[in-house]
Amino acid sequence: MSAVAIADVRAKAQQARAELEPPAWIAPGENQPKQDDGTINKSLLDYIWKNTDEGWLKMLGLTSAGVGLLTVAIIITVWKGIGMWGNNIPVGWGWGITNFVWWIGIGHAGTLISAILLLFQQKWRTSINRFAEAMTLFAVVCAGLFPILHTGRPWLAIYWLFPYPSTMWIWPNFKSPLMWDVFAVSTYLTTSLLFWFLGLIPDLASLRDASVGRTRRMVYGFLALGWTGSARAWNHYKIAYLLLAGIATPLVLSVHTIVSFDFAVSVMPGWHTTIFPPYFVAGAVFSGFAMVCTLMLPARKILKIEHVITARHIELMCKVMLLTGLIVTYGYAMEQFASFYSANPYEYFAFYNRRAGPMAPFWYLMMFCNCVVPNLFWTKWGRTNLWAVWVASIFINIGMWCERFVIFVISLHRDFLPSSWAAFHPTIIDISLFVGTICLFLTLMLLFVRFLPAVAVSEIKELRLEMEHAAHAAHEAAAKNLGAGAGGVPAAAHAAPISGKEA
Amino acid sequence: MSSVHPPEKTFVLGEFDTPEKLVDAGAKLRALNLGKLDAYSPYPVHGIEEALGIPRSIVPKMALTAGLLGACGGYSLIYYCNVISYPIVVGGRPIHSWPTHIPITFECGILFTALTLFFGSIALFGLPRPYHPVFEAEAFRSASIDAFWVSIESDKPASELTEMAQKLRDLGARKVEIVRGPIS
Repeated sequence: MSAVAIADVRAKAQQARAELEPPAWIAPGENQPKQDDGTINKSLLDYIWKNTDEGWLKMLGLTSAGVGLLTVAIIITVWKGIGMWGNNIPVGWGWGITNFVWWIGIGHAGTLISAILLLFQQKWRTSINRFAEAMTLFAVVCAGLFPILHTGRPWLAIYWLFPYPSTMWIWPNFKSPLMWDVFAVSTYLTTSLLFWFLGLIPDLASLRDASVGRTRRMVYGFLALGWTGSARAWNHYKIAYLLLAGIATPLVLSVHTIVSFDFAVSVMPGWHTTIFPPYFVAGAVFSGFAMVCTLMLPARKILKIEHVITARHIELMCKVMLLTGLIVTYGYAMEQFASFYSANPYEYFAFYNRRAGPMAPFWYLMMFCNCVVPNLFWTKWGRTNLWAVWVASIFINIGMWCERFVIFVISLHRDFLPSSWAAFHPTIIDISLFVGTICLFLTLMLLFVRFLPAVAVSEIKELRLEMEHAAHAAHEAAAKNLGAGAGGVPAAAHAAPISGKEA
Repeated sequence: MSSVHPPEKTFVLGEFDTPEKLVDAGAKLRALNLGKLDAYSPYPVHGIEEALGIPRSIVPKMALTAGLLGACGGYSLIYYCNVISYPIVVGGRPIHSWPTHIPITFECGILFTALTLFFGSIALFGLPRPYHPVFEAEAFRSASIDAFWVSIESDKPASELTEMAQKLRDLGARKVEIVRGPIS
């Protein structure tokens, strides 16, 4: 072999090794070869001090118009009653419940990222947890609107839903899964809010201290509650944050389990199955990660935070979507099989009706979006091409909405008695409420990324220090190996312990 | 003046550029026994509790107590409402059908734990407290951004305070400040 050929092989091997080596969680920024606490602080909080962007204002205008639409739809619903919705008998739960479960599911990715991945020590969560937690909060707010409005007289809902001593001396029926739902969702909203705010306190303090001008300093100073970053406070903070993550983990699993009990505990064909809890939880994570991708891909570009939300983060989110997509696919297959194997004519018909009934297009759309599209993520190209990921994530959002529509509406519209079958048509109010909540969600997200840190800055600083220490230790170990005459490739040894610890 | 003022306290502050130097200085200051020590950092610093002798947090015990109380409270609420106060027979099930009580019992346990963790730790942090004497130092802004501070709380006369400041400089502090203000 000639010297040129050997050099060529070497270069190729080096390139292959570089491709295998995972890129760092915190990438060097523009004109910033090495990040330190100061540059991280500046690059992650800088956009808050900038003047309001015209594009942001235009988007806010558009989404606020949608919030106006939502307000009108709510007023009409309350004024005229829920007869304004497309609900009928037998479809007593139509778009309202579909949207409720869809929104709750979207919220679940936030808790999964912030709590479960924290407990599993997944370092990559650090960059996206704050954003995802905000998404959780806003999604739960949107979700809550539907059941509250469905009560018809929301101002009486407190009396129907919460056990408080009233002069009538009667109490809610705690044996009903709908009551369990009230407790699960309100606990979920409260815990998510507290977890999110506890995480924000140190970052609000950095905003206060990095601020210029009295007003900003006062506003962020007020929100930071006077946090000094004292070691005595961090001592309590660390454990409180970890324990909140610890309790949020069973909580998030319980919430969608209880949501699925709303259906599974009933005797409706198509609902009465034991597979519902795990299959709902997987579906929730699936749609939640899809929503994180849909919002995060443009946001990281606009906010210029690509150095902490790297291509590697997006690739991992795609892998989570692939896994949960496969679980959901298994759920669909199992449901179909169980309906056939049960030999129960009603159960069999419920699933036949999904595949071949008048609303079958929703079922096919669901199958395409949730079972076919995620397979894109088997390929490296599918996980790294941002446009492909973004389009696929939107398909998954649509697919998961269809899934809820298929489960709830298609099961209800043709049940036991053919004489009581009916079609379901959403009204303009249904559509306005749904579009309106999407706009409300986007409005809240836009305000969030404008005024609050979208990335957990203090956690990123801590991660940077940890990575620096790990790299340093690996470097020393490699140097020691070389010194002892053990040989080996210093470059590979340098990277291995870090990636081994993080992956 | 009729209003009661909280007592004024003096803090000697020193700024370090790395967490390692902070921990090192903290341990040495503790050995000198100059006054109550504290450290301030943008993120939790590994080993600072041992260096300053900060006791273990009581947060886990609070959380466990709250969780158990919440779960018991949730179950008792259901029992009182649906068994004692206003029994309803649903689908021929027993009045006290405990499996249907589990989800709400669980959620109440979680809710109480979360509320206690949040409000309990806020109280332990001593927040909300918009003013703290350490904020008197303009340079102290870096404590939440990219620097590591240590403070000595002291009532000693000025000459001894300057000695402490010199001590901090000897330990590697790049900036030293003496601040005084009321602390509640």
